[in-house]
Amino acid sequence: MNAIVEWFTDPANWTGPDGVPTRLGEHLFYTLLALSIAALIAIPIGLWIGHTGRGGFAVVSLANSLRALPTFGVLVLLANSFGIGLAPPIVALVVLAIPPVLAGTYAGVQAVDRAIVDAARGMGMGEREILTRVELPNGLPLIIGGLRSATLQIIATATIAAYVALGGLGRYIIDGLSVRDFAEMAAGSILLALLAIVTDLVLAGLQRALVSPGLRPAQASRPRPRRLRAVA
Amino acid sequence: MNWGWIPRNLGLVAELTVEHSWLALLPLLLGLLISVPLAWLATRTPLARSVLVTATGLLYTVPSLALIVMLPLLLGLQILDPLNLVVALTIYTVALLVRSIADALDAVPSVVVAAATAMGYTPLRRFVAVEMPLAIPVTVAGLRVAAVSNMSLVTVGAIVGLGGLGLLFTDGFQRDIPAEIITGIVVVLVLALIVDALLLVVGRLITPWARTGQAAGRQR
Amino acid sequence: MTTNVRSRWPGSVAALAAVLALSACGGGDPLAAPSEGAADPSAPIRIGADQFPENKLLAEIYGQALEAQDIPVEIVPPIQSREAYFPGLRDGSLDLVPEYTGVLLQFLDPEATEKSADEVYAALQEVIPEGLTLLERSDAENKDAVVVTQAFATENNVTTIGDLAPLCPQMIFGGPPEFQERPDGIPGIEATYGCTFAGYKSLDVGGPLTVAALRDGDVQAADLFTTDPTIEANGFVVLEDPLNNFAAQNVVPLINTAKATDQVKQIFNDISGKLTTQGLIDLNAELGAEDRPNPDVVAQEWLEANGLL
Repeated sequence: MNAIVEWFTDPANWTGPDGVPTRLGEHLFYTLLALSIAALIAIPIGLWIGHTGRGGFAVVSLANSLRALPTFGVLVLLANSFGIGLAPPIVALVVLAIPPVLAGTYAGVQAVDRAIVDAARGMGMGEREILTRVELPNGLPLIIGGLRSATLQIIATATIAAYVALGGLGRYIIDGLSVRDFAEMAAGSILLALLAIVTDLVLAGLQRALVSPGLRPAQASRPRPRRLRAVA
Repeated sequence: MNWGWIPRNLGLVAELTVEHSWLALLPLLLGLLISVPLAWLATRTPLARSVLVTATGLLYTVPSLALIVMLPLLLGLQILDPLNLVVALTIYTVALLVRSIADALDAVPSVVVAAATAMGYTPLRRFVAVEMPLAIPVTVAGLRVAAVSNMSLVTVGAIVGLGGLGLLFTDGFQRDIPAEIITGIVVVLVLALIVDALLLVVGRLITPWARTGQAAGRQR
Repeated sequence: MTTNVRSRWPGSVAALAAVLALSACGGGDPLAAPSEGAADPSAPIRIGADQFPENKLLAEIYGQALEAQDIPVEIVPPIQSREAYFPGLRDGSLDLVPEYTGVLLQFLDPEATEKSADEVYAALQEVIPEGLTLLERSDAENKDAVVVTQAFATENNVTTIGDLAPLCPQMIFGGPPEFQERPDGIPGIEATYGCTFAGYKSLDVGGPLTVAALRDGDVQAADLFTTDPTIEANGFVVLEDPLNNFAAQNVVPLINTAKATDQVKQIFNDISGKLTTQGLIDLNAELGAEDRPNPDVVAQEWLEANGLL
């Protein structure tokens, strides 16, 4: 136990390419990069499917079966096929983050009361306007819920990606294992747990801050969104 | 692509599949056994609920590799002990189930509870014979989600030298045998789908009233 | 689980404490050996291996030879690095591993300076922990080596590790995580040749990550094994080590003393007598053949070809 405290208080572990700020920064960078790409792909598709109602079943089935996909296997297969470097693991992270974002966006738009949409149409809103000014804000809680699931998934999977030579906090676990430095492994694990928990709390706060106050009472009557399991 | 690897290694794949299934399903059973009393506790007092829901929610966010590495320290086990993986997956299962079951118990109509009480059921008997059975569909739904993710998560153990189908990923990667990696992915997917379907069927079989209820509803 | 937190704290604080408690209790080092293994001689011999193909193949050869004499064996999943599996030998969860003399000596005695095969073997006998027995060494040697690409070697006119010294401050070195700390790893290269690399990239134990990183230019020099056929396949150049930074690395079985009966010893001495460096290179090449034969098949063929089965 003292060894872990010593690890955290050793200034050498806070500087340089192996230092906590660098590793933490890398982890955040991978997470933001993968999440942004996944969101850019999945949110428009989810909005469109939710708005038109076409392909909804396929999206839900796809999201459910992709949850069973072993992320470690996907990472290793991509690294085996496309070599090491940043791209293969980021592609794996994006692939794994798309289903929860897609499902969340679709569910968010889908769950908007049809009477509200009809009212908007009756007021003379165009389809685009209905999507951006009615369905999007109303569906926001579930959309952000999807992003939250995706973020946790990415943070967890990026950890495993250290096995295929990616940087980030997972390095402490892989490197520590190789040199039998349990303090390093435990410190890495603690940092990861904290990163995941703090990120999730921040996103939960964001979820509250971004959702229109007018929606809050209505939310209670709706079924609680089921969060997708982070599978890594 | 070294597809010839597959027919030569069916025995190995079968062996790892059995090991993998144990490592994934034992935590499911343990998780269920732990979750039911915890969920009951959560429905008793708001404080217990708040602590349980928050704690399990936080545990749920801890990355699996990190959890597998932290557990030996907590449990005093060797890092190569498969029990670490079983405990980690049990924690995820509990994290998922406690909240679902507690919600399901809350959703039992109060008139049903009142009727059972009026019939002289003790709180324990009422819980076992009335409330819990009514919570089965939601519990099974939670178990299905947990089963599917456990199947995938077991593979992470191979990184720290634990068994299961994840060994096909590490070995296939090191020896550059894509067929081996793909075999691992496909077998894990199939296992997950089989367990998912089995749980669905079992859930239906043990809740015959749910089906008659639906049928009656349709006839009306 | 630590969910029995009952206090007046708000739920979230109590829960966070519960999660952090994961790191605040328990004790000891889970990677350390808990006790000396009191092995039951009739239990199967548990054979471990490091996570690289040659070591796994050697474990397979050992296992099949034992089984052929009706000695029960169990081959456990490969374990990444000596630092991780050595404690298993001491706590009795492993009985036997195929080892390499030089790295094992440095692991057990970081101050060791012996370089030649016989010196290293003799020194190793002195530092083997109680409860473990070092059997006879083979002539087969598989050394760590500093490897660069052909283009790099030609362009910079380097043939020895010493030639690298002026270039090192601009180079990134790639290898397994443990190489960064081993006495004959980065510290040894620095001390022996005055070569300080600009950075270190943690990859794998002479595996695909290291090969890919060197080939793709992510690193300019890497730690690979001399018996690795991919060195030749990729046209890499093994830099000479005139100052013997890397000690002799002969294949040698390390076994739990309780398991080392005369019969077992004889089996291993027969195997070690047949193993040669070229034999290892051939075995690795066979493992890497296009159809990727199974290690057990390659092991069996080798044992049969050498009249050991």
